[in-house]
Amino acid sequence: MEYETVIGLETHCQLKTQSKMFCACANEFGADPNTNVCPVCLGMPGVLPVPNERALQLTALTGYLLNCEVPKFAKFDRKNYFYPDVCKDYQITQFDFPSTTTGHVDFEFEGGIERVRITRAHLEEDVGKNNHFDQHSGVDFNRAGVPLLEIVSEPDIRSADMAYEYLNALKDILIYGGVSDCDMEKGMVRCDVNISVRPKGATELGTKVEIKNMNTFSGVRRAINYEVPRQIETLESGGSLVQETRRWDDDAGITETMRSKEHAHDYRYFPEPDLMPLRPSEEWLAEVRTHIVELPLARKQRFVADYGIPEQDAEVFVGNVLLGDFFEKAVDGSKNAKAVANWVINNLQAQLTETETSVDDLKFGPEAIRELVEIIDGGTISSKGGQEVFSELFKNGGSPRAIVDAKGLTQVSDTGELEKWCQDAIEANPGPADDVRNGKENAINFLKGQVMKASRGKANPQLVGETLAKLLKD
Amino acid sequence: MMLHELTLNELTARLAAGEVSSREAMQACLDRIDAVDGSINAFMSIDRDDALGQADAADERLTKGTTHAEQPLLGVPISLKDIFCVKDQPANCSSKILGNFRSPYDGTVVQKLREAGAVIFGRVNMDEFAMGSSTENSAFGPTGNPWDAERVPGGSSGGCAAAVSAQECFGSIGTDTGGSIRQPAALCGCVGIKPTYGRVSRYGVVAFASSLDQVGPMGKTVRDTATLLGAIAGHDPRDSTSVPADVPDYAAGLEGDIKGVKLGLPKEYLGEGIDPEVRAAFEAAVKQYQSLGAEIEEVSLPHAEYGVATYYILATAEASANLARFDGIRYCDRVEGDDPFALYCNTRGAGFGEEVKRRIILGTYVLSSGYYDAYYIRAQKVRTLIKRDFDRALEKVDALITPTVPYTAFKAGEKTGDPLQMYLSDIYTISCNLAGTCGISVPCGFTNDPKLPVGLQLLGKPFGEQELLKIAHAYEQSTPWHNERAAL
Repeated sequence: MEYETVIGLETHCQLKTQSKMFCACANEFGADPNTNVCPVCLGMPGVLPVPNERALQLTALTGYLLNCEVPKFAKFDRKNYFYPDVCKDYQITQFDFPSTTTGHVDFEFEGGIERVRITRAHLEEDVGKNNHFDQHSGVDFNRAGVPLLEIVSEPDIRSADMAYEYLNALKDILIYGGVSDCDMEKGMVRCDVNISVRPKGATELGTKVEIKNMNTFSGVRRAINYEVPRQIETLESGGSLVQETRRWDDDAGITETMRSKEHAHDYRYFPEPDLMPLRPSEEWLAEVRTHIVELPLARKQRFVADYGIPEQDAEVFVGNVLLGDFFEKAVDGSKNAKAVANWVINNLQAQLTETETSVDDLKFGPEAIRELVEIIDGGTISSKGGQEVFSELFKNGGSPRAIVDAKGLTQVSDTGELEKWCQDAIEANPGPADDVRNGKENAINFLKGQVMKASRGKANPQLVGETLAKLLKD
Repeated sequence: MMLHELTLNELTARLAAGEVSSREAMQACLDRIDAVDGSINAFMSIDRDDALGQADAADERLTKGTTHAEQPLLGVPISLKDIFCVKDQPANCSSKILGNFRSPYDGTVVQKLREAGAVIFGRVNMDEFAMGSSTENSAFGPTGNPWDAERVPGGSSGGCAAAVSAQECFGSIGTDTGGSIRQPAALCGCVGIKPTYGRVSRYGVVAFASSLDQVGPMGKTVRDTATLLGAIAGHDPRDSTSVPADVPDYAAGLEGDIKGVKLGLPKEYLGEGIDPEVRAAFEAAVKQYQSLGAEIEEVSLPHAEYGVATYYILATAEASANLARFDGIRYCDRVEGDDPFALYCNTRGAGFGEEVKRRIILGTYVLSSGYYDAYYIRAQKVRTLIKRDFDRALEKVDALITPTVPYTAFKAGEKTGDPLQMYLSDIYTISCNLAGTCGISVPCGFTNDPKLPVGLQLLGKPFGEQELLKIAHAYEQSTPWHNERAAL
């Protein structure tokens, strides 16, 4: 029998805020254990949470970036469970009225565009981190109270690879929006996978298994690639699956039972009485909307469509927003977008990397690249001369035309002068000249090089070729 | 007159005039405690050196010319219920579980009291985690009623009421979740006000039921509680549920007649179960109001009868989460176990008292999957109806007038075997918390034999503390009850 895999993801991302969700402690990775803590995020008796305005804004912004609705009413709830890393033994989260609902993420997958629907993205507080030593355990509460966005997808994902691409697209969007740094190394993104299989064509969903404890996207992919055959084999061999939570063991590369449905937690959600419901005003939402950015996929598609540049070039401009913005200004009014893109990617980007500087540090404006392309295309200088102009431009700024004038780089297209250089080259190199005459056409390149050398690069290469050919034929 | 017998406002007048010092006032309280607290057991701990040190600092400011207009409580010894977080001081909530816990911070009310110049001394007894109506649920032993030490002072702020009535302090700050200020004030014969929810910050108050808890003062007179309330009220950015409304000068707004003030008499409150002597005292109080020019009107609170049931669902639900943090991981007297779950069970099993456990279990139950809609959601709906009852009644009248408690102080041990009977002692006070509005209890007489105080409750409009205090003050000043002191 053929099976179909059904996957939904719950992705947790730490928001990029200065301070924690409900107190003023720093939201910072890597500090010594229990140094970014206060009575509030330690859950001391008598403390109360105060919501971080920035986190609320970033949550709404994420909603817009994920094409979600941002409801006019949302609230916080308590999720009750005892665990040493949960300082209050309840987590403040959003249960039935989350800050954003019903959106979608579009992304490229296997040559097409896929859409995964987003059920909701809700705001909650991160918990501390348990550390186990030889004889005892410790809890580091630095992470406790860091604002965390849980992005829940609909079960629209059909394969491990699709899950992987979805996660990368999601990550790019969050980084693009300035919502999260999504640094996997620092545990800023964590995933739970809900996965089931069913006979192809079936409409009912199969038994759902939740997999926890994957902290890389490739881990998610591996876990799914382990879990799907496991589920299919169980069914094929006449067994049945149980609804359960499984843990991914990254070292062993397997999933194993963590707890069954019977032992599932009853989280006893109820409205958080210490916090007022959220009722974002139209003005507040309008302010948030001013921070909406163009999404990576949309940008790529627009660059390809509007400028006619190859996808790979567009991807460079998606990956490096500053460079892409620079390109857009440079190409404005240009007849040769492809050449502008080449100069920006091959020369400018390379120089910036080499000198460890950024677009903001440049001594020239984007219009200089447009001008450079113009004078090359117009035959004023050769592309080799262009390199020299660009070097000068990068070093000291100025305009390409002025540099050409100052350096005397104007290309020589005067037939008399060209003929003299060509005649000299033929006479000085009778061997190669005979080769050409005897039909070895490639030998003409050597002669061309000699002419370029004699003209110190100023000779118009195309005319040099034509002139040499004419002289050698005569 | 002995120094400890002064009201708070009499004391500040004398402090201002330089007739007494704060140290003398503080010493008078300590002497009084030494003399009478052996039988009352209101105080659980006193840092005497710290108290006298604060008093000396207050005297220094008084000498330098700081006035009570600038610091209304300058030099006044005030006691605190054992539920407030004071930096480096214990906050046991009369529970064993917190062990040697010391708060790492000052709560907002404590900060405000300090800013007002108060000498904050002593932690007074309460029902464990404010759960109870008799202060018998204390891991540190029960508190006696100053009028009869065999009887309870009420609760949960029983220590506050007993300390004020026994004249061991000039005022005390308590909390009221379902009547915990007003009920003990009534049973001990002092004044206690529960402000509107959001009027006083809850930051630094160990939470029992977050949507119902409110901090309030207890004092010998209405004026004293007005002065205290003015000092502690106000918006606090650290408490999202505190309300950014102006705080009037309550003490300055007490005077004036109350002719034409409309008082609503809830018809549901005077049914069966009320002690005849309490009823008589209450009816006399109503007559007294009429003679002061107030108009009495019958009103209806049709959902009042569901108040206690609603309360015990919502309050316990919130408490089950609020008290989860007492788990032995970061603080509390830990009792080890083989795994975290065993550690929790051992720690909480050993640390919490019976009533606290009962309410945690009840609260956990009503929030459980499958029961949530039937209990918690339903109770929230009833709460909305109760609030609507109050809104409608208070549209027609300026305040509601009721007895505070259906009976007077009962004997210790009398109701401990029957939690339901104990819960019913809050029957008149509980709806006020569910509605979120303000309420005050003032003395309105005594029973004959034994002589025990009776309390009159007035319930005001949300953020209508000023009007409520004025109505209470007019009655108080026209009756002798507030001058009566327990013979100790």
